[in-house]
Amino acid sequence: MIAAFFESIPAMILLTGCLVGASGALLGSFLVLRGNAMLTDAISHSIVFGIIVAWLLTRQLSGPVPLIGAALAGVLTVVLTEALARSRLVRMDAAIGLVFPALFAAGGILISLYARDVHIHAESVLLGEIGFVWLNTVAILGQPVPVAVVTLGAVFAVNLAFVLAFWKELKLASFDPGLAAALGFLPGVLHYAILTLTSVTAVAAFDAVGAVLFIAFVIVPPATAYLLTRRLWRMVALAVALSLAACVVGYALALRWNVSIAGMMASMTGVWFAIALLAAPERGLVAQALQRRRARVEHDCRALVAHLFTHQDSPEMAEENTRSALVAHLGWTAPRARAAILRAHDRALIERRDGLLALSAKGEAEARAIFGTAAGLAR
Amino acid sequence: MSALAELLSSQIVRTVLTGAALLGAIAGMLGAFAVLRRQSLLGDALAHAALPGVCLGFLIAGARDLGSILAGAFFTGALAALVMMLITRTTRLKTDAALGIVLSVFFAVGVVLLTHLQATGGAASAGLASFLFGQAAAILPSDLWIMGGAGLGALTLVLAFWKEFKLVSFDPDFARANGFPVTALEGVLTILVALAIVVGLQLVGVVLMVALLIAPAAAARQWTDRLSVMVLLSALIGAASGAGGALVSASMRGLATGPVVVLIATAIVIVSLLLAPQRGVVWQALAARRARARITEARILAAMQGLSAAHEDARYPSEQGMLAAALGKAPSPRHFAELERRGLIRPVEHPPETTPHWELTRAGRAEAAARAGREGP
Repeated sequence: MIAAFFESIPAMILLTGCLVGASGALLGSFLVLRGNAMLTDAISHSIVFGIIVAWLLTRQLSGPVPLIGAALAGVLTVVLTEALARSRLVRMDAAIGLVFPALFAAGGILISLYARDVHIHAESVLLGEIGFVWLNTVAILGQPVPVAVVTLGAVFAVNLAFVLAFWKELKLASFDPGLAAALGFLPGVLHYAILTLTSVTAVAAFDAVGAVLFIAFVIVPPATAYLLTRRLWRMVALAVALSLAACVVGYALALRWNVSIAGMMASMTGVWFAIALLAAPERGLVAQALQRRRARVEHDCRALVAHLFTHQDSPEMAEENTRSALVAHLGWTAPRARAAILRAHDRALIERRDGLLALSAKGEAEARAIFGTAAGLAR
Repeated sequence: MSALAELLSSQIVRTVLTGAALLGAIAGMLGAFAVLRRQSLLGDALAHAALPGVCLGFLIAGARDLGSILAGAFFTGALAALVMMLITRTTRLKTDAALGIVLSVFFAVGVVLLTHLQATGGAASAGLASFLFGQAAAILPSDLWIMGGAGLGALTLVLAFWKEFKLVSFDPDFARANGFPVTALEGVLTILVALAIVVGLQLVGVVLMVALLIAPAAAARQWTDRLSVMVLLSALIGAASGAGGALVSASMRGLATGPVVVLIATAIVIVSLLLAPQRGVVWQALAARRARARITEARILAAMQGLSAAHEDARYPSEQGMLAAALGKAPSPRHFAELERRGLIRPVEHPPETTPHWELTRAGRAEAAARAGREGP
């Protein structure tokens, strides 16, 4: 049963994708909350530099040494970027955009100078080869398991342990770094810890999904979850669940259309985001549009009540308290006037009397509330 | 020199050189605005977002037709900019998250399209991968006309809307309050950045394009506080990096143009950050050192004046060790030399003691009194 699972190619590809997604989403939630999401972009590009330098020094392409070298390059990127931004000579965004392309370019030149024949295809660095993870296995308890699954499994376990162990501190540092610092929780240390783990995760993931697609797994599911909830634990859980769902659906679609598996998985995270952006309850675009519409009708309704109240029992009443006056004098469009009248009628604020619009008792009370008691006394 | 002439005699080298210099100038000019508006990474996102457009252009044209590929890249780049704006304006997500989302999702869709093309298109689509890393040697002389045209168009727009772009870059709220169409102007600037990216993709590729926008501008910013100078300098630095990169990669086998251009631009940034007058790290360190020296010298004068007052002797010869005790630590001889040079103190003999002594000159007394008056209660 277990052997069958680890020998099944689709199961291994899916497991790899899910581990990347879950590890990324765990850390990404805190990066998105702190506003550091683009550091992921910088890290994932510069690990290319780290991998090639580690290879030049040790001639190893797999194993712990290149992993550590690449992770160090990721951390170096963050340190350089933040030092540059702290010098106040350039701003944070420019600092990010200066450091990682330089490291990426240096990595590219080192590859073309010294490592032409090595299996470091720049293309696979960016795109990943999740479809081939099952080729490279290692025996664990006599059972061949893909190396990527082992590495990513370990990385996921570390990330999960980190997030669970420092949950309170991470929460505080994400929402109020000032308070966290004042209470002695060392938000700076936590910040670097998260970025170091992101760097390690990026290195473990880049064989499978490549440098750029890794960014999608770190940023997009947490951002999607952020649109859907206001509670931190729900956001993290939702982010992990969304990336797992993206992996499963993405894999199925990639097989069906015969396209890049990692690309399709990452694209699916984008689909979830688009759905959440449009349809999130309360804050989605549709909900926002409906709220705006409702608010406008409510406002028109109040304007209508005020209008009727002003002209009630006055000589112009016969002319003013009609639907056509709303269009002619208030400049409303006919549908707008109709919607306001219907709404006011639904709320039993107005009624029809002698072919004119008139306030009901409730409408009269509403009008007095609008104008205040002073207006009521003056009449 | 003859090696250079030999290099330049090659048609390909001349084309790549011109193209890289043109691209550097365009990107440098437009990058200056992007960096000032804190939109440096928008270029990164738009460059990645151009990938699906490149594939779409290929898919629609059915061949590697540069015009349709550029049009596709421009289309998805502009779409990405719109989506970015939508996300930052309608949700609580911050700019960095919006950038990351647009960058990675558009790129993912591009990867999907790319693999689809490779599965169906066969060998003809192989050239598409060059858009990831750029392939300067693939530039044709006819492409230079496209780049030149794009550059001229961008230059015309920047000159025509100079005042507006300046205002939007430094104080968008003030511009809005004065009735300038800020959103439209920002849109034009963004579209121009997308244009520069589309033009540059062929040469330096998706990942490195962002450096060409940011590095020349960040370097130019260190040397000047004037927008006009900065834009001009940024364009020049960009052109120089492009030309230099093209020459270096042409003279050494196996060096891709894009990375070399980026490294040259980065080197110029590092030099600028270190050496630029007023802002540079070295300059600032020297200024801080000068300021510390001024303070120590003022304290020496004050201590000498204090000793004079205590001994009721205006020309009291202060001993070096006493001054060290008064200041808390022995001041370096260069402070005394500087005070002497400015004519505020003079060395005196005070036999039988052999250690150095100084007394305040008339100017020194006036200076110390003025300082005490300025800083006193």
